[in-house]
Amino acid sequence: MNLLEFLSPATQAAQRTGPNDRIVMSSRVRLARNLVGFAFPGWAKKAERLRACELLRGAVVRQPEMRDAFTESLEALSALDKQVLVERHLISREHAAKGAGSAIVLSRDERLCVMINEEDHLRMQALLPGCQLKEAWQAIDQLDTGLEKDLEYAFSHTLGYLTACPTNLGTGIRVSAMLHLPALVLDEQVTQIIQAVNKLGLAVRGLYGEGTEALGNVFQVSNQMTLGESETEIVERLSKVVAQIIEHEENARARLLEKRPKMVFNHIGRAYGILANAHSVSSKEAINLLSLLRLGVDLGVLPDVRRSLVDELFILSQPAHLQLRHTEKLSAEDRDVLRADMLRAALRDVRRPLTPPPAPPLDKPPGA
Amino acid sequence: MLCMICQKKEARVHLTDVKGGKVKKVDLCEECAKAKGVDDPTGFALADLLLGLGAGEELASASPEGAELACPVCGLTQADFKKAGRLGCPTCYEAFAEGLANVLKTMHKGTRHIGKVPRGLKLGREVQERIQALQRSLEEAIAVENYEEAARLRDAIKQLKENPGAVVAG
Repeated sequence: MNLLEFLSPATQAAQRTGPNDRIVMSSRVRLARNLVGFAFPGWAKKAERLRACELLRGAVVRQPEMRDAFTESLEALSALDKQVLVERHLISREHAAKGAGSAIVLSRDERLCVMINEEDHLRMQALLPGCQLKEAWQAIDQLDTGLEKDLEYAFSHTLGYLTACPTNLGTGIRVSAMLHLPALVLDEQVTQIIQAVNKLGLAVRGLYGEGTEALGNVFQVSNQMTLGESETEIVERLSKVVAQIIEHEENARARLLEKRPKMVFNHIGRAYGILANAHSVSSKEAINLLSLLRLGVDLGVLPDVRRSLVDELFILSQPAHLQLRHTEKLSAEDRDVLRADMLRAALRDVRRPLTPPPAPPLDKPPGA
Repeated sequence: MLCMICQKKEARVHLTDVKGGKVKKVDLCEECAKAKGVDDPTGFALADLLLGLGAGEELASASPEGAELACPVCGLTQADFKKAGRLGCPTCYEAFAEGLANVLKTMHKGTRHIGKVPRGLKLGREVQERIQALQRSLEEAIAVENYEEAARLRDAIKQLKENPGAVVAG
């Protein structure tokens, strides 16, 4: 089966729901593991990389969680396939740049994905919708425990799991939550929040991870330190911080509605106006405007729109997903036009935002 | 104040990074700052710089003059590590242990692993400790010429080495 037949369509992918998903778009836990007796992928010669890849892939696909999984060598995937995987947050951009000697294994439910020979021999992740950091850790812990029966990991009792980069040493864990924080951005509080989070030794990154900008008011919060703290402590610490950020975002939404409603509805109304009527929209503009539309849905001013529709458009607006819908190779200009066509069609039957907006907001979460 | 890298020119670029309550300062001259890419904020991460710097200095002081420290298994040298910021193989952690110790201190919460241990190794460690304890008893038994006990201990060690799972489980 090829990748595009295997992957669930964007409509379906956008239907996945989880706790607090109006702010927490997804939760991810990834583990870095390496084999004893092999050089790390970045330093190994090609023959050694191929040997390690074969061994690892065999062990991963044998795990019960990987029944009916999709697996492919990176050289056998097209550039488009790889970009689609990046846009679905299933592989890193670094992994997408790899070829022979690297591979991917993706579970049938798309919750577990293993990158083979990325920076480390194994980079395995559990990706769940909404705020489910603990569940994601349990899922990936289980896969890892299964794998350690078949593979001899490079492990030291003092330093823990040995990784190519010392920044991942120890637990090899990276716990991250993808947060949609439009009100904190509109209220110009987000820089303060980021600084506070940084002070706790946590990193804040953009939509596609390391070194990317915060498109669409989406921020990834993750742990940075991996040595000297257990996995459960890290998961708990991050969960607490995420809960606080959720509270700040909810408070910012309530405060903005009370103090500066015109500013908020101006942004949402303009976003709707452009998305529903424009004839050329770049992916960056689309993602930024869809973020405001999503806020409009959360605030109850767009009763015709479900959040899953916005999330679907979020996926479909990205370059590779847009290219998928067309057989001919698209230029960036073509894509902007076709993206606008797609967005207009999707919003054709959506009535414009309500004025005056209903108060209080429809699905205000308990405790906010 | 002199530049931390070349130790010759006056430091004019001063960087401060606060992480987990730890403050780390770097003072560089303009040329070294440029060479490290510090003048270009987009392509610069203080952690990487610190990693390269700290590790380089530590490793340099740990190796005999002239000879560059290299990993005996994979051949990675400190220069390779400085360049890529990545180690070559698991053994590199032993080869560069001295230099890495300080790097890890600035980078992480602690310097000892707390958390998951692969099951095989957990068992391995318990069995090793058990065997060592039995061996000490065996030596004591021989010393007091208690050969009956010594024979029993000898068999227990033999059994533990051949089938480590059974004894620990039982």
